[in-house]
Amino acid sequence: MTFPLNRHFGAQSLEGLPESPSQTAGPYVHIGCTPNVAGIEGVFERDLGSGSLFHQDVEGERIVIIGRVLDGADAPLTDALVEIWQADSAGHYSEGTVSRATAAIDRSPHDPCGFGRCATDSVTGEFRFDTIKPGTVPYPDGRWQAPHITFWIVARGINIGLHTRMYFADEGDANERDPLLNRIEHIKRRQTLISSTDEGAHRFDIRLQGDAETVFLDI
Amino acid sequence: MTADRNDSTDSGAYIARNRQWHPAALTPEYKTSVLRSPQRALLSLDSTISEMTGPVFGHDMITELDNDLIQNFASPGNSAIGQRIIVHGRVLDEQGRGVPDALVEVWQANAGGRYRHAKETYLATIDPNFGGCGRMLTDQDGRYRFRTIHPGAYPWPNGANDWRPAHIHFSIFGQGFAQRLITQMYFEGDPLIPLCPIANGIHDQRAIKRLIAPLDMSNNIPMDARAWKFDIVLRGRHSTMFENRREGDG
Repeated sequence: MTFPLNRHFGAQSLEGLPESPSQTAGPYVHIGCTPNVAGIEGVFERDLGSGSLFHQDVEGERIVIIGRVLDGADAPLTDALVEIWQADSAGHYSEGTVSRATAAIDRSPHDPCGFGRCATDSVTGEFRFDTIKPGTVPYPDGRWQAPHITFWIVARGINIGLHTRMYFADEGDANERDPLLNRIEHIKRRQTLISSTDEGAHRFDIRLQGDAETVFLDI
Repeated sequence: MTADRNDSTDSGAYIARNRQWHPAALTPEYKTSVLRSPQRALLSLDSTISEMTGPVFGHDMITELDNDLIQNFASPGNSAIGQRIIVHGRVLDEQGRGVPDALVEVWQANAGGRYRHAKETYLATIDPNFGGCGRMLTDQDGRYRFRTIHPGAYPWPNGANDWRPAHIHFSIFGQGFAQRLITQMYFEGDPLIPLCPIANGIHDQRAIKRLIAPLDMSNNIPMDARAWKFDIVLRGRHSTMFENRREGDG
């Protein structure tokens, strides 16, 4: 992106194209991204990113993540789309092809994955992911990051997709040392990125506003 | 392979988003943003491997009619009603390079301005032969192309008399999760664009113009369909000639 500086004497031009500006995903994002959930069946065999994030034979601790996206009136968003991206249990990100990228049943154990997409429930607003707990991955300066899952949230009323992360409540020591969590100036707010336990599942509620507003990332 | 990529420092972090160029989170003229816009400052930092990587999609997940919205929901022998159009363009990065294998997903209203969705209440008629979704992967030069019908404009509950300009929603995956982008394509010459609270959530007129596709007569299919050209630019990456890395650390 070229910044609009006033160069009195002129200069060489900074060539480049500006990123396309974002626009809201709107109320019908599920038509395009999870059409089968939206009742449009037969166009795509399955919805992208549905089903377990890894084949059942992939090593790792199986976990379930549930949560909601809550607005400033504490109401869950029933029209949001949540995407996640994560490393495997050894801390490796997939780079091979996500073939059909769908349900675990026809995914080979060697298929790379780690991508999930979920429409929030049209009544309860809940999302759910069946996955494995990710390993640690390096930070650019060589330190280690605590296990985490990358989240991206879009919906009607959200003008630009929101990046955030979920860390794990049972990784207290690693979280203490995590470079990103330590960049959050207000220590109390770090908690907004850490899951809680909910009947065996990891609960991660994302709050768009209010005292417990989730830390969102410009990353 | 994966280990190499994890350890690699040969390509830099993504160039930071220019947040003045994008719409702000809170745009009160678009009323739903009032309760759905984060109010605290975002935490700004260089992307890490968790955002520099992303899912890579294979061409075998795309079937023949995925990029043909005129046919992909139609019953045999039928097709969607409306003005037949081709939308094509390139997915580029900020350095102007084509992005290959980018997944482009699109969705839109039918020719009457009605979406096929349980929560849709507009009185325009459902087209039994139009689903409204499509997807494709870009080729090695970043090119994509799909066929559809020109979507209709429609009223929406915001102001008492607000109408959305005709538009097509786009979701794009680049090579890193940091590049994830959802946006909308508008049509050149539509008088509703300057009146739209969502388009005008973008404050820089030059940025709005980036979302308006020109009519591309040279790519029409004569006696069949008009063409519209829409290029999409994703975030680019810094070069890594001087990596910001603490000395002495692994």
